[in-house]
Amino acid sequence: MHLEWLRLLAPETIVVVTALIVLMADLTLFRQKPITFRAAVAGMIATLGCLIAIFWLEELSVSQKLGMLSLSPLTQMIKQAILALTIFTALISFSAKFTRHIGEYFALLLVATVGLLFLISSENLLMIFVSLELLSLSLYAMVAFNKASLASSEAALKYFLFGGMAAAFTLYGISLIYGLTGSLELPEIATKLSAQTATPALFLALVMTLIGFAFKLAAAPFHLWAPDAYQGAPTQIASFIASGSKIGSFFVLARILAVGFPQNTGSAAFCSWTSGWAPILALLAVISMLLGNIVAIMQSSVKRLLAYSAIAHGGYALLAFFGTGTRAMSALMFYVITYAITVLGAFAVVAMVENGSNREQMRDFAGLSRRAPVLSACMAVFMLSLAGIPPLAGFFGKFYVFTVALSGPQNLGLLWLVIVAISASAISLYYYLQVLKQIYVADVPAHPAPLDTNVIARGAIVVLAAAVVLMGCLPGPTLEKLATAMAKSIF
Amino acid sequence: MLAWTIYISFIGAAVLMLLPGDKPRLARRLGLLTALGGMIAGCLGVSQFSKGTPGRLDEIVNLPWIADLHIHYHLAVDGVSAVLVLLTGIAAVVGILFSWNIEHRAKEFFAMFLALIGGVYGVFLSFDLFLLFVFYEIAIIPKYFLIAIWGSTRREYGAMKLALYSFIGSAMVLIGLIAAYVVSGSHSFDLVELAKYPFPASFQNWAFPLVFIGFAILAGLWPFHTWAPTGHVAAPTAASMLLAGVVMKLGAYGAMRVAMILFPLGLQTWQNTIALLAVIGIVYGAMVALVQRDFKFVIGYSSVSHMGFVLLGLMTLTQVGISGAILQMFSHGIIAGLLFGVVGRMVYDRTHTRDLVQLQPMNLSKLLPFAAVTFVIGGAASMGLPGFSGFIAELQVVEGAWVAFPIFTVAAGLGIILGVAYTLRVMIKAFFLQNEPIHATDAAPHHFVPITLPERLGALVLLAATLVIGLYPRLLMDLIVPAVNSPLFSRMLKGGVS
Repeated sequence: MHLEWLRLLAPETIVVVTALIVLMADLTLFRQKPITFRAAVAGMIATLGCLIAIFWLEELSVSQKLGMLSLSPLTQMIKQAILALTIFTALISFSAKFTRHIGEYFALLLVATVGLLFLISSENLLMIFVSLELLSLSLYAMVAFNKASLASSEAALKYFLFGGMAAAFTLYGISLIYGLTGSLELPEIATKLSAQTATPALFLALVMTLIGFAFKLAAAPFHLWAPDAYQGAPTQIASFIASGSKIGSFFVLARILAVGFPQNTGSAAFCSWTSGWAPILALLAVISMLLGNIVAIMQSSVKRLLAYSAIAHGGYALLAFFGTGTRAMSALMFYVITYAITVLGAFAVVAMVENGSNREQMRDFAGLSRRAPVLSACMAVFMLSLAGIPPLAGFFGKFYVFTVALSGPQNLGLLWLVIVAISASAISLYYYLQVLKQIYVADVPAHPAPLDTNVIARGAIVVLAAAVVLMGCLPGPTLEKLATAMAKSIF
Repeated sequence: MLAWTIYISFIGAAVLMLLPGDKPRLARRLGLLTALGGMIAGCLGVSQFSKGTPGRLDEIVNLPWIADLHIHYHLAVDGVSAVLVLLTGIAAVVGILFSWNIEHRAKEFFAMFLALIGGVYGVFLSFDLFLLFVFYEIAIIPKYFLIAIWGSTRREYGAMKLALYSFIGSAMVLIGLIAAYVVSGSHSFDLVELAKYPFPASFQNWAFPLVFIGFAILAGLWPFHTWAPTGHVAAPTAASMLLAGVVMKLGAYGAMRVAMILFPLGLQTWQNTIALLAVIGIVYGAMVALVQRDFKFVIGYSSVSHMGFVLLGLMTLTQVGISGAILQMFSHGIIAGLLFGVVGRMVYDRTHTRDLVQLQPMNLSKLLPFAAVTFVIGGAASMGLPGFSGFIAELQVVEGAWVAFPIFTVAAGLGIILGVAYTLRVMIKAFFLQNEPIHATDAAPHHFVPITLPERLGALVLLAATLVIGLYPRLLMDLIVPAVNSPLFSRMLKGGVS
């Protein structure tokens, strides 16, 4: 019995063990070695651990409840995606120059990943909360990792305070839900709720929980921590916050709403709103898309620009919640995964350019295409994908989400939301082109700062860019994989 | 065969991008080779197509692409596509010939140029609307870089304006397409399938203007034309040839192929409004062209005016008018390309000014006789003199418009007269004004590099094209007219009744 449990939870266990190995190895064996060597070793170990976990998940094709957890092919697929993103984060951290605490850094990265893995598996509100905290606490510490930079500490404090507030909201919502239904298990909550009429207390609980998650997702108007955290944090960490942790948060939010509250959808159709979670999400989505895109126009720091673009992209992704059935989930996951890959790549390029310094302003990218053509081409792919230019993954993701949102029960009632989304994305081309303009059009400055030349990190960027192109040109295989995983899942 | 037009262009672009180092000679040769390859593939494909029964729709490829959403990789060709593929082929080759003097980052220039061309071929051959949209958007980004990197006057402003206008237009199109897809039951993005679906009139009434204007922004529909003059002026010669010659046609083609065919009822509602905008465009463009000081702005505004004829022709909803509009797309693509070639390459690259006041004392007709002669012939074609393609095209548009909207037709006639006026004005000012004796300071006469062989070749190709079509329009009309009579179009002409 317990062995069987261990088999099912082996991926999480492997990652935890890897975290410990990294920590121990770095503390004992490599203490005196140069930093780049230590980073390479620790990164290798982390990569290996995650790879083993990925292959283990591939073998593990089960659909079953396991105490507070619930495993399915879908959760396994999402976990694989998250592990892969962790690997890429580790790979671009090979040349990390912001810290001497290499072991701790990689260990925290892996612990955050474990938090994410549990988050994906859980169908119990308490378990969700605990894994969310495990994730967040690791991230707070990682944001503060650049001890030489004041901005890093400030960002961490801000992130921590907002995160704590979000946790309080979520916990309050969860306690209300528990009070109303007497259960923390999502499916049970749904059955209990279907027996009773919706009370204002229930909506209060929903609003509280959603606000908590909105903080996590950096959906406007709860986004205030994001730009500072993204800018202040070491770029590699920012990429992880924007990619892996975003997938986890979106998945679990979708799970809470779809499994726990299927009856309380409400409607955000034009001029006929009814109460439920849909109108709340619609508001969050609209504010995020508009605010994120408009404020991004004014940024001169590329990391800040990416932060605001992340807020906007959170808004687009929320549109998938208005669809129904497996298709909506598939659209959401496709969108979030492709977004994660893209933004991770974009941050990786920023990390290469700033190369340990804090110079990641637009002008620091001037003439990059003449100095590093491959890196620039990858950045062009990432930027254009974020802007939603076909045939890149970002375009198809958006297209799929918008189609799904319109195909929901409200039909064309949600057209207004799609119109806002598409117009917002038309605005966004402007600032993505600003970055590309610096890279391709502006002249090389007289004394450009040296670029990071780490081969592994560069290779990782190229792979990410190739993935963005491939998933954009041929989204079919990914969609099929999602669909088969979904079909076999109890979702 | 025709699908290779797309592949050859993209392969060429990719090969150029991957070339190590910057070797301008190699880059332009490869570019020319690719463009020629595309043109030959296009010509062969079209000649093959023209042998079969006229008016049919020839499948090229039809493979499931994204099965989950019923999106197909569907390329096909009908008479209209065939004509525009020919135009694209010619414009691509001539564009490369006119960019023979590009030395600065030549490899990237030709790669972007070919990527743009590939996207354009793709749009003209796609019969799956999702695919069409993908190609349509692919064309936006190279345009931006072509202008921003290699352009002249206010290039970054012009480039960004064009990119944003295009993107906003395609956002409008995307909204309409997704809505149409969902309303029709999410079964297919196929143009022929969707065209059969009876969309409710209330839906068509807002979807039609959305999609039509979304596309027509790129066709220079007044008052959304303002990207055109600035974009054309800022662009390097080859890019302005492509913008006027091909990209504006993308807009008109999309408006016709997607908006008009899918939403015939909406078209009926909006017919007069759009025709009015088209006529305003004709007259306004011509009047503004009449007072410009910048040589290139004159051609830029004349493009707005000439594209007004295309849109007016489409709005007549008569077979004559629409055929005329399609022929006008071809004809204007050739003539505008020629005029931009003369202004941008032959004159500006030598004199480094386009200011008509500064050009006057240069005696260009003596110094650059070939440019002067080319411009006179091109100007004559642009004015719509018989014997050139523009005459046949505009005549048909006016003939169609006479039935549909007599009053507008009078205004359009005024536009033609103004067209003569601004062409003659700019011709005289730039080339033929005999000026006062040269000042002492100006004593040294200007010396210009003689017109080079690639320029001559390019100009001759374009002149030949406009003359051949002008003298023997059946060459293209035999493709266009049956296509307009085909079921796809006739349903639109009959207001949605098949």
